[in-house]
Amino acid sequence: MIKIEVDMNQCQHYGQCVFEAPDNFTLNDDDKLEYVAEAPDSERDNIEAAVDVCPMQAIRIVE
Amino acid sequence: MGGLRAAESLRRSGYTGAIRVVGEELHAPYNRPPLSKEVLASDVTHEAVAFPSRAEMGDVEWMLGVRATAVDLDAHTLTTDDGSVQEWRALVIATGLRARRLDFAPIAGRHVVRSLDDAMALRAELTEGARVVVVGSGFLGCELSATARKLGCEVTIVTPSVEPMIRPLGDLVAKEMRRRLTDEGVEIFSGVTVAAINGEASVDSVELSDGRVLEADVVIESVGSHCNIEWLEGTNLDVSDGVLADNAMRAVTTDGVALDDVYVVGDIARFPNPMFDDVARRIEHWNIPTDTGKRAGAVLAAHLADDGSFADVVAKPFAPMPSFWSNQFEIKLQAYGLLGLVSDDDIRVLEGDLSDQAAVGYYRDGRLVGVLGIGMKAALLPYRKQIAEGGI
Repeated sequence: MIKIEVDMNQCQHYGQCVFEAPDNFTLNDDDKLEYVAEAPDSERDNIEAAVDVCPMQAIRIVE
Repeated sequence: MGGLRAAESLRRSGYTGAIRVVGEELHAPYNRPPLSKEVLASDVTHEAVAFPSRAEMGDVEWMLGVRATAVDLDAHTLTTDDGSVQEWRALVIATGLRARRLDFAPIAGRHVVRSLDDAMALRAELTEGARVVVVGSGFLGCELSATARKLGCEVTIVTPSVEPMIRPLGDLVAKEMRRRLTDEGVEIFSGVTVAAINGEASVDSVELSDGRVLEADVVIESVGSHCNIEWLEGTNLDVSDGVLADNAMRAVTTDGVALDDVYVVGDIARFPNPMFDDVARRIEHWNIPTDTGKRAGAVLAAHLADDGSFADVVAKPFAPMPSFWSNQFEIKLQAYGLLGLVSDDDIRVLEGDLSDQAAVGYYRDGRLVGVLGIGMKAALLPYRKQIAEGGI
């Protein structure tokens, strides 16, 4: 299991992560990010890609 | 950033051999967008903007504060400014851009913002009431103007352009951005250039091409950039605008030959993107070092593995979605695609209202090639998908 943390003070809700890991990240109708804080290990590549593309660098994987 | 992403991708793609990253800056790779905003407005350190270091990167060797000065593609050697010559089996070109400077005497008060050290030097001078002249009205110039204004400075933009950000955004949105920036108290002088920067020890005033003189304490030059290609002189690479690469990010020679052991990543890379056409372009958007670094790392790892997978990896189409964003005051711009491909007649509001929140479409030959959101974010997602699928 991978644990994900998003710093919601940093997050500007750009939603770039939504394309890389759609199972964990979504933008709701109010343009706000919603995320699931746990992902199976099989999702690691996608979660790491989401970390990479975040313009605010607000996402991290808790090891 | 491009070098970091290429190294990470090499490791992730199974390459276990030695990797050495040579970089001119003393700092480990960091995120540049905060340099025009958060780093100027508060006490942000390198640690806060540095990219996280991944476990698989533990045995990568970093040579920081060292600049590449020459390369020999036949002898497979790299010369650096510390006098050493290094051998390599494969080379990734990721030297990026540097800020262009105005051609005036170097006095205190003149700034550019490209590196963390640049931003920290400027930060000390953006005090309340300081008179700041920003030269250039691209995204960087406008973001710096907004940040300085929010810090209580008196800000004037001096630009040869008709409207701020007109080249990337087009006339329709650029006009609206002028209105918003002006409403926030930023003065904009268009259609003029800087004729002189006056002052003995430090900046006193800026003289414009139309004869006007602006009193100033600080001049910020955001007048574009140069590609760092001087170290490639003497090679047969095509360096007519950045460094030409094919769709696998392999460097291409002036004879049109793609080299399997030399790669180009980041905003110095001029490469074709099949999402749009077969024209090679340099794209100075934030996502490009990451996308091209990952691509180059994967292709190079296959080349080094020599396990027969190379041709398949090269043939896999690489079509990264260009994407940028810009924060100015409370205005949040976000875009997907290549807005600059489009003429002013082919830009129209898709949703919302320009004076409030809006999604704006950029069309080429009837196909959607770009979308810009002012405020809107989730609404852009279907348009992003449409662009990725060919714009129909």
